[in-house]
Formats: sequence, structure tokens, C-alpha cells
Amino acid sequence: MTAATSPAMAPAPRLSALTWLNIFTRTLAIQGSWNYESLMGNGIGFCVEPALRKLPGGVKSQAFKTALTRQSAYFNAHPYLASVAVGALARAELSGVTAERIERFRTALCGPLGSVGDRLVWAAWLPFCSLVGLLCFGLGSSPAVVVFTFLILYNLGHFALRAWGLYVGWTRGLTVASALGNPVLRQGPQHVARAAAATAGVAVPLVAARLLGHHVALLGVVLGSSAVAALLLVRLHGRVEGYKLALVLIAIFALVSVAF
Amino acid sequence: MTELLPLAMLGGVLGLDVVSFPQMMVSRPLVAATLGGALAGDATMGLVVGVTLELIALATLPFGASRYPEWGSASVVGGAIASALHTEQAGALTIGVLAALATAWVGGLTLVQIRLGIAWLARRRRPALDAGSRGAVIGLQLAGLTGDMVRASLLTAVGFLVLFPVAEATLGTWSLGESLSRGFVVSAASAVAGAAAWTIFHSARGARWYFVGGLVLGLAVLGMR
Repeated sequence: MTAATSPAMAPAPRLSALTWLNIFTRTLAIQGSWNYESLMGNGIGFCVEPALRKLPGGVKSQAFKTALTRQSAYFNAHPYLASVAVGALARAELSGVTAERIERFRTALCGPLGSVGDRLVWAAWLPFCSLVGLLCFGLGSSPAVVVFTFLILYNLGHFALRAWGLYVGWTRGLTVASALGNPVLRQGPQHVARAAAATAGVAVPLVAARLLGHHVALLGVVLGSSAVAALLLVRLHGRVEGYKLALVLIAIFALVSVAF
Repeated sequence: MTELLPLAMLGGVLGLDVVSFPQMMVSRPLVAATLGGALAGDATMGLVVGVTLELIALATLPFGASRYPEWGSASVVGGAIASALHTEQAGALTIGVLAALATAWVGGLTLVQIRLGIAWLARRRRPALDAGSRGAVIGLQLAGLTGDMVRASLLTAVGFLVLFPVAEATLGTWSLGESLSRGFVVSAASAVAGAAAWTIFHSARGARWYFVGGLVLGLAVLGMR
């Protein structure tokens, strides 16, 4: 990848394919030291570090150490879209942008990269792919087909987003915010959410039918009771977590079965 | 119990995937329970547990610093327990799902602890981190990754060791029929999934009509069978 000349920055040096591979692999572990104080800050430093080695004087220089300290400070974003920050911050450091500008830019990136990523990935793409996997099960697929359909579909989006983020961050540098206006990021969550809603509608009865062994009468009772329970859960939204409620109810059911 | 070591290793790798590396979603119940079941001898039973858990897991979105259950190791435990019971007996699915939910809850608590542990380690290494030490930055990252993997492996091993005997004993005294047992678990999972689908998608314009359209299609497919 070569650096395009951005109006905001001088051209950055060319990074080798090996350096890019190193950075990309590291972005997969960007949350490896996630904690409640610096969040993914150390992860950003960890990912940018291979690029910082290109600073004049290399890893022993004060410029390297100062840049690494700056990049390892508090940072929060969606883990996949954090690659946008990694690319842009590496570019800024290697282009000799002032520390003050880099720090302001770094702070400004957190919010947008977090909210866009959460809406696109956690609230749309992941549930959609999960529902597609469930639909495969409902249609009678084997374990291998269900698992691979889900994993391949999900990771096409996952890896594409990480690679795009790194590319766009590096090529646009400090002007990368405009890339977040990309139609896929802006309109994508809405479209994926509609597709996921339709998939959920198809999948839930088919999954329930296969899990119950196609007992038609039982299926009617299950779907009816779960619809009523789902409405109650929606009304309780925020006050009870679905998995905890399921845990308590199933535990009580098991106790009843053992006791009587 | 010969499967304990491979299960712990699998749980470690899949638990690591939840947050730390590489978040490919091999930690989702659909995948993790199937793999756990396959290791214990019955991938199909693992998948059945995984599908039920996946319906429930739809409700938990791993937003930022929010606290959520750890599905990776937990699904390995649940899938393996249901499969290792080697039975078509009523209650096997219920017990597998219950074991996974309990482990997921405990796993969520261990995730919080590992994050607190990493913060403690970072404070201890603060002078080196502030000095821009390459070794300190990389070391903290590797310590976090290693700690998370060890956490997930231990969780899987302890979960399986503790819960499998309980599951066997419970299944021995299970009194309710297969239809009722499955029906109850599937109802609970479907209810959580339905509520999750509404919560996640209702803000998208027209999503409810897409859901209704999908539901009609799904019921029509069922009717044709």
C-alpha cells in the first residue's frame, strides 16, 4: 500500500507487505489487553508499533518511544473499525504531524468509530449471520453446513471491514472522518436489520419445529407461549436480561423434574 | 473424562475469541457447542444445544464496556455435557442448556476479573509504558491474551468437571417427558430470541413487516412439510 498525498499531511514512507501483514494480524488481537482503565489503548499502541519502527532512528529513538506512549493511551472504539484508527494514526505519526494534532484527532475518532461499528456489526451483521445459521438448521442442514455457513458469511464481512478500515485509515490519514460517511456504514445497518428481521421471522418457527421433532400440536403451543413471553420480555426491556431469565426458569423446571 | 484436556484446550481457544483474539465468532454457541459436542462424540447433539443457546444469545450484544455472558467456553461445556450423556433420554437437552447458561454467567464474571487483572498489571508497568517501552506494550498485550486463554481453559475444565456428574445424577432422576422437557426449553429460548429480535430491529423502518412477512413464509414452509 502506498500513501496517497493527503491535503492534511505530507506523504508517508512506503510500508512493506510484511509490515502490513504484521499490523493486520495485530489488529485481530487489538482487545488482547482490554481493561476498564485504558480500554483498548494499549491495543492501539501494539498495532501501530510495527509502523512506528520506520520513524527516524528506529525503536531506540526518542521519537519512537514518544509516539508509542501517545498511541498506547486510553482509546475506545469498535474493535473492527479500530483498524481505521490504526491506519490513520500510523500515517499521522510517520508523516510528522504534531503531537497536539494527533492527540486531538485520536480523541475525536473514538465516538464515531464506536457507534458506527456497534450499529453495523453488533446490532446488525452478527445477528443477521447468526439467524442465517439458525435458518440453515431449521431447513435441516448438517452440523458442518450450519457452522460453515455462519462462519464464512460472518467473516467475509468481518475481514473485509478490518482490511477496508486499515486501508482507508492509511490512505486518508487525518481526513479519514469523511470515509465514515460511506453508504455501507450509514445505510448498511438499516438494510441488514430488515434482512435480519425477515430471516428471524422465517427461522424461529423452522428452528423450533426441528428442535421439537416436528410435533405439530406441541409446536403450536411452543410458538404461542413464546410469543406471549417475548411480548412480556419486550415490556420488561432493560430490567431483566434474557439469558438470566432463561437460566432461572430452566433451573426451576429441572428442579421440578427431579423433585417430583 | 478422557476428553477433559481437549475440551479445556478448545474452551480456551473459543473463550479467547469472545473478546481478545480474533473475534471470528467461533465462540458463538452455534459453533462452540457443536465443536464441544463433536469432541464428546456427538456433533449433532452439540448443534442442538448450540442452536438453542444461539437463540438465547441473540439478546446479548457485546457493546464496549458492557458486561455480558461468556458464550465460548460455556457453549463448549453445554454441548459436551449433553453429548457425553450418550442418551436420547428426556432432559439431556435441558441439562446441557442449563449447564451452558450457568457457565456463561460465571464466565461473564471471570471476564470482568481478567479485565481488572490487566488494569492492575498495567498500573504496575506504568513507568515503562509511560517511557514508551516496546517490551512493556507488547508484554502487556501478550499477558492479557495468555491470561484470557488460561481463564477460558480453566472455566471449561472446572465447568465440565463440576457439572457433568451433576448432569448425570439429574438425568437419572428426571421425571418429566421428552416432549414437555424440550418444549419448555425451546419456548424459553424462542421467547428470548423473539424479544431480542424486536429490541434489535424495531428501530429499522419497516422491520416489523419484514419480520411478519418472514414469519408467514416460515409457517408456510412448515405447512408444506
